[in-house]
Amino acid sequence: MIQSIPMEHGLILATILFILGLIGVLVRRNIVFMLMSVEIMLNAVGIAFVVAGARWGQVDGQVMFIFILTMAAAEVSVGLALVLQLYHNFKTLDTDAVSKMKG
Amino acid sequence: MLTVFYIAALIAVISTVLVITRTNAVHALLYLIVSLLAVAMIFFVLGAPFVAALEVIIYAGAIMVLFIFVIMMLNLGGAHAKEEALLLTPGIWKGPAMLCLILAMELIYTFTLDRATLSAITEITPKQVGIALLGPYVLGVELASMLLLAGLVGAYHLGRPHKH
Repeated sequence: MIQSIPMEHGLILATILFILGLIGVLVRRNIVFMLMSVEIMLNAVGIAFVVAGARWGQVDGQVMFIFILTMAAAEVSVGLALVLQLYHNFKTLDTDAVSKMKG
Repeated sequence: MLTVFYIAALIAVISTVLVITRTNAVHALLYLIVSLLAVAMIFFVLGAPFVAALEVIIYAGAIMVLFIFVIMMLNLGGAHAKEEALLLTPGIWKGPAMLCLILAMELIYTFTLDRATLSAITEITPKQVGIALLGPYVLGVELASMLLLAGLVGAYHLGRPHKH
């Protein structure tokens, strides 16, 4: 008999990955790395949804994960277009270069 | 099954740590793909094969390809040809390849298990997900399509050639 995976451990994994993503966003100044860290955080939230869905044997967790996936795809396409604009205008990927607003 | 979960979780955490500590964007992407594959493995042993497939196809496939496009378009650094030569030597892809190998062995191991031992896992089939998605969640699907359209238009608007 194989035991099923405890929900707490899945949620702990999701928390660890989310915190790692958060550290990435806060520490890194390269905008490509910051976008990657945002992806890690979104993925961690997805893990939490799927783990919770698997715990009660419901489909809702997976449905929510699909919505998160859609949102991540839209976010990353716009984000990378912004990265290209940033590089075109400032010739750098450092977010400190764009810390001041014009106007 | 528990061991498979813990090994995959460990791989996910290790590769994610390596993602946020790399200095080269392409190396970070390699580890990020490993991290996403490990998470797909976790979904698989949790009894969510449809979401595991989506994770591989959309996250590790489509979204990471977008990242690679942008990194290649930016053409970062002057010593680009040297980078390219470095990429072909073992050493850089050795780490991700090792982690991927462990994940592949785990996947083969789960395939060798017989049905009876897997009965502890309540599998949620793609059919159930599809019925829920186009049943009670149909409004969410419509909103997601709107979001994707907005993303498409936004990315096109921001990415079009600059005119001063």
